[in-house]
Amino acid sequence: MQSNLNVDTLIAKMAKELNARLQSFPSKQVLMIGIHTGGVWIAERLHQLLKLPQPLGTLDISFYRDDFSRIGMNPQVKPSTLPVAVDDKHIILVDDILHTGRTIRAAMNEIFDYGRPASILLAVLGERSGRELPIQADVVGAHLSLESHEHVKLMGPDKLSLSVVRTP
Amino acid sequence: MIPQNIQLDSQGRLRHLLTIEGLKRQMIVDILDAAESFTTVGGQAVKKVPLLRGKAIVNLFFEPSTRTLTTFELAAKRLSADVLKINVGTSATNKGESLLDMLRNLEAMHCDMFVVRHAESGAAHFIASQVAPHISVINAGDGRHAHPTQALLDMFTIRRHKKEFAPLTVAIVGDIMHSRVARSQIHALTTLGVSELRVVAPKTLIPSHASTLGVHVFHDLTEGIRDADVVITLRLQKERMESALLPSEHEYFQQYGLTPEKLKAAKPDAIVMHPGPINRGVEVSSEVADGPQSVILEQVTNGIAVRMAVMSMVLGRAPEGAAQ
Repeated sequence: MQSNLNVDTLIAKMAKELNARLQSFPSKQVLMIGIHTGGVWIAERLHQLLKLPQPLGTLDISFYRDDFSRIGMNPQVKPSTLPVAVDDKHIILVDDILHTGRTIRAAMNEIFDYGRPASILLAVLGERSGRELPIQADVVGAHLSLESHEHVKLMGPDKLSLSVVRTP
Repeated sequence: MIPQNIQLDSQGRLRHLLTIEGLKRQMIVDILDAAESFTTVGGQAVKKVPLLRGKAIVNLFFEPSTRTLTTFELAAKRLSADVLKINVGTSATNKGESLLDMLRNLEAMHCDMFVVRHAESGAAHFIASQVAPHISVINAGDGRHAHPTQALLDMFTIRRHKKEFAPLTVAIVGDIMHSRVARSQIHALTTLGVSELRVVAPKTLIPSHASTLGVHVFHDLTEGIRDADVVITLRLQKERMESALLPSEHEYFQQYGLTPEKLKAAKPDAIVMHPGPINRGVEVSSEVADGPQSVILEQVTNGIAVRMAVMSMVLGRAPEGAAQ
């Protein structure tokens, strides 16, 4: 994998792309939601760069995972906080890495349990191959080429960096 | 003696919840942390998460209950489980079917969890010792023995207001002798390590071995709640009057009823709790029950999140032996 990726540069690039896409929406109707944990770190920075008027929402999708019966309950789940109603909002859903697409499916299910958004955009810091669902990102920081035994992890929250973990 | 360890599976995870006694501090903290994350579900437009979709939970209540039964049912439904309530008073046990036969039948219907309330101490343990390996049992109150989910929701309520347990002085006021709630609270508060735990009641309502549980015994209400951070009042059962353990409701209220004047002995920011249902003018005056220091209705709300946490931890265990 490219080892010279600068996360801050990628986020700045994402913010620029998002800004162009958001021109058609009234800014008060835009709601950014980060997915715990890495997605929230990215979303906090994007939210600041884009100067969005609505407060940032956070989502912990643990209760919506499709592998709950296999991996069990994690007591360290963080509460989801959606500070404003999602109804009729244009949602920017932010995550760190798009891989199988299952996290995004779970996040969308959870959002719809809060209400009916006008639209959802997906912004991710990195995307890699391995999709198991028909889900694609609208804004991508970096396209990562990884072997199937390689995983990428976002380290944070103070200084963000990407690191590759190899499973034997 | 009831064995405690049937609560845990071979990997030390919670399989049944029967009593607080013997639970490790970290286990209690994990349950409270999980409950915290469920508190937001009640605020969603769709007040449900799909965690226990496809699981069947049976409420087996051999003793009447409104609050506990309702909050268990709501908790299960908010986790998307299917819930059925067996009205034991009118069920086949009255037609001579044994309890074990009834359990076997419910197992044959592929139920996953029994929530049991029974007037006999040890009933939930007995059922847990008899059920098939895939079934979990939650004790929703057995005789004078234990009411673990009530104690956990009380701990959750205390933690939300006071953050840390270590510096707290907690006073439990009322019928300690017959109270499964008090017993479970004492185990929980001791395990979580409060600074001082007191019980306040007339001599006839305190078990003689109380001090061996690590509590300080008081017979005077004002002394007992002096500088307390948390005052827990307990329900007084009317039948205690009839069995001559107490002179009269009126006299009990005179000595042990919590009024705004008496509450001044506690810290100014002390919270007042009660497991419900309240006998107004017996354990606590209406001014206190409805006053600014009362968290009694919060306890009810918190009961849903805590029961969701317990149910999902118990039913959400990965299969035994599976890789984590």
